[in-house]
Amino acid sequence: MSNTAQNLFQFDTSTLVFALPEIFLLSSIVVILLIDVFLKKSFKNITYYLSQIAIFITALLSYSLIGNGEQIIFSGSFIHDDLAAIFKVAMMVASIVVLVYSRTYLNIHNLFKGEYFVLVLLAILGMMVMVSGYSLLTLYLGLEILSLSLYTLIAIARSRANAVEAGLKYFVLGAIASGLLLYGMSMIYGINGSLNISEIAQFASGASLQSSQQLILNFGLVFIVIGVAFKLGAVPFHNWVPDVYQGSPTSVTMFLSSVPKIAAVAMLIRLLIEGLGSLQDYWSDLFIALAILSIGVGSLVALMQSNIKRMLAYSTISHIGFILLGFATGTMTGYGSAVFYVFTYVLMSIAAFGVVILLNNKGFESELISDFKGLSKRSPWFALMMLIIMLSMAGIPPFIGFYSKFFILQQVVNSGFIELAIIAVIFAVISAYYYLQIIKSMYFDESDNTSPISSSMDTQLVLSINAVLILAVGLFPNYWMNIALSVF
Amino acid sequence: MEQVLLSLLVWMPILGGFATLIVGNERALSAKWVALSLSVIVFILSLGLYTGFDNTTHLMQFVEKSSWISQFNINYHLGVDGISMPLIILTTFSTILVIIAGWEVIQNKPAHYMAAFLMMEGLIIGVFSALDAMLFYVFWEASLIPMLLIIGIWGGDNRIYASIKFFLYTFLGSVFMLVSLIYMYNIGGSFGIIDMHALSLTMTEQSWIFWAFFLAFAVKVPMFPVHTWLPDAHVQAPTGGSVILAAIMLKMGGYGFFRFSLPITPDASLNFSDIVIIISLIAIVYIGFVALVQRDMKKLIAYSSISHMGFVTLGLFALFLAVKNSYEGALLGLEGAMVQMISHGFISAAMFLVVGVLYDRLHSREISTYGGVINSMPRFTGFAVLFAMANAGLPATSGFVGEFMVILGAMQANFWISMLAATTLILGAAYTLWMVKRVFWGPIHNDAVKSLNDINSREFLILGVLALAVIAMGVYPQPVIEVMNSSIEHLLSQALTSKLAI
Repeated sequence: MSNTAQNLFQFDTSTLVFALPEIFLLSSIVVILLIDVFLKKSFKNITYYLSQIAIFITALLSYSLIGNGEQIIFSGSFIHDDLAAIFKVAMMVASIVVLVYSRTYLNIHNLFKGEYFVLVLLAILGMMVMVSGYSLLTLYLGLEILSLSLYTLIAIARSRANAVEAGLKYFVLGAIASGLLLYGMSMIYGINGSLNISEIAQFASGASLQSSQQLILNFGLVFIVIGVAFKLGAVPFHNWVPDVYQGSPTSVTMFLSSVPKIAAVAMLIRLLIEGLGSLQDYWSDLFIALAILSIGVGSLVALMQSNIKRMLAYSTISHIGFILLGFATGTMTGYGSAVFYVFTYVLMSIAAFGVVILLNNKGFESELISDFKGLSKRSPWFALMMLIIMLSMAGIPPFIGFYSKFFILQQVVNSGFIELAIIAVIFAVISAYYYLQIIKSMYFDESDNTSPISSSMDTQLVLSINAVLILAVGLFPNYWMNIALSVF
Repeated sequence: MEQVLLSLLVWMPILGGFATLIVGNERALSAKWVALSLSVIVFILSLGLYTGFDNTTHLMQFVEKSSWISQFNINYHLGVDGISMPLIILTTFSTILVIIAGWEVIQNKPAHYMAAFLMMEGLIIGVFSALDAMLFYVFWEASLIPMLLIIGIWGGDNRIYASIKFFLYTFLGSVFMLVSLIYMYNIGGSFGIIDMHALSLTMTEQSWIFWAFFLAFAVKVPMFPVHTWLPDAHVQAPTGGSVILAAIMLKMGGYGFFRFSLPITPDASLNFSDIVIIISLIAIVYIGFVALVQRDMKKLIAYSSISHMGFVTLGLFALFLAVKNSYEGALLGLEGAMVQMISHGFISAAMFLVVGVLYDRLHSREISTYGGVINSMPRFTGFAVLFAMANAGLPATSGFVGEFMVILGAMQANFWISMLAATTLILGAAYTLWMVKRVFWGPIHNDAVKSLNDINSREFLILGVLALAVIAMGVYPQPVIEVMNSSIEHLLSQALTSKLAI
């Protein structure tokens, strides 16, 4: 204790540089919030551009910090390493793309408000803290900043009953999950007397651990796994996912389904691999159960959905199952494959929601799979993009979704869980059916709707790049895999 | 040129497909010409494989290798031997036919249609030339995408059901192959197919891998009882789709047995050869009877395809029995299986084109719609009867050569096997000639048939070229057998060398 206190007073300002992205983003949020208050309604675009610039600079700052090794600052509560920097860059890029797609949607549905962007920025800040958190307290704080922003974002369309319902639902269930996570953290703190991840790791791997201590540690572990599983939306903690996805404005769903998954995976790595890595045998078993349930439920229930957002929600659940399977293998390559999977999943998920948003018209909220009917006539280009996205999600080569599944399966087989790999591929085939339903709607069904798709130039451009990347990364996955492997 | 020939053959059609997409449906004629000229260039290039081929060695030729996914030791590794080379040329040849056949017929999105076939050509050449198992798998799965779209967009009334059934069936079959490929990588540390041939595996491992492969390839061939997707897919697919499906895609399954099952799991293949032989005989005999009662011409030919592909698997797996009596018999059976694949490529393509010619005119595949077609289409009937004869296995057509070789090989295995297999010569003649009788001969009872126009020069060209190929291969099959001889002999020695003793 005295040691920590001493550190606190020997505060070295030069170490602040490693928290520069967060500091910059926080200052920007304050400035943007102030500017927004004084902007007239017709100038709200300025808030949007300022937010984009802020995220972009944050990304640059994070990028410039790659390669500085491991730096633990703020008395051991904040870590900078390549994992943090790379995850942050990935989150920033994803957020920029999400905001580009969102703009059209927000304009159409009268949701273009300054608060929206400020809340997104706040959520991003929370996620950055999660990625860099190195003590239980900072991790939890980051998670709460993220969650509170998301609750509000979901309910931002306050005239829509189902948006408010979704926000409330997420809030109630999210609070319970946070509570469980906090409970688990308190047990671990209680048994070892430190919030610091590296000290927890030291304690947990200690040989002198008594069996009663081990028991409490395991108890804490279970609650932490539940908390993480809830945030990721793994079965059986998935009940909020379809309702919240459906109820939220599509632009929020897009954000919710993509960037926070990266942060949740980072939190998982910090807590379970770096902190409780010595208990890997225990949490691997939990993960296998979660993974198989998620893949199964995600694949089977999605078959019956007619709402595209619900379908994508269940598809997310099954993707999360694959990610957990990668972590369950307990090997470095397995972890790397799971990280690769998260990145590729985010790439695909954003693109899929981007196309859904394209289908929105003034006063018309595109929600149903049947809205895709005739898209191949209305816009052959975007139909092709959606084709790529859906096939990639189904895990068909040469698209990126195949390689992420393949890397995971490779590690699963390598760890001796061949039966898990077989279950996973069978469900992958089942899930191919509902992705094919979208393709069927776009290409095979006849439709009277021939109105061309209209959207802004930047959306079209970014969406095209996004979808083409799904193919291009698929042709050369080794470069991206190297990045994913380099974080461990 | 030699060093990149295979890459050219793979990527030219794929990129050409994109080019055709860019030209677009608005400039349909230019798109068609782009597609046609590309397919002709690719065909001419692929002949370079034949002329530059050294048929004294079983080693891979035209090899290209560079690192692709280094983390998992996956390489971009291409090469051909005597087994894959003829199949590649068959692919490039069939694609030209398909593009010409769709020239005037396809009115809906013609550029996309051509692009889909070009891309599929490249992907299938990739399947036949990949020497890295993952590269193979990527091409194998990717080739489903264009076929899914071809059936789904340009197919008949029930196209949605047929296309999704086709996709899910073949997808389900191949995922197990993926798991077993990964398993072998984890033992041997390499995805190279040739390395896998040398991999030492226990009997249990071999059995699991054998059945995983079997599922993947049997669905594709297709073998009884996983054949049910094929009649649906064929009936609903546009003519071009049926041609590629029957002439090439089914061969991917047969090729898989040659390239993976026999050399990688020889002991399991020996162990389970009885089961495969029985399934093959069921396909040959039972499906032959099923073909007999079809009212839809395309369905009839689809069932006849399954029956004929039964010879391929029979020839492959009868070798284990035949070799006990004579080495030549086993070799003959294997070569017969290969010749049968090539020959079936020509004949089934021709048969589907024949049906396509009729369908384009009267939009019916029902046998009962027709009757007496010879009166209004004499030239066409000449071709149709020739191909029907070839389908029935008449000597001096290519259909006879492969089947006869397999029957002779099977004779060394067991008299009754060859006896049952030989019934196809009767059954095949029965269902094919009965169809010919009902469609082409007899009185005209449908007025529409009276006013049919005989084939135009475009149709004459494709049917004529196919007729030449069918007869040439029937009269003088030597060139085809020569190129594959060393590779087949090597394969036979691989299949007969137990991996358990190593």
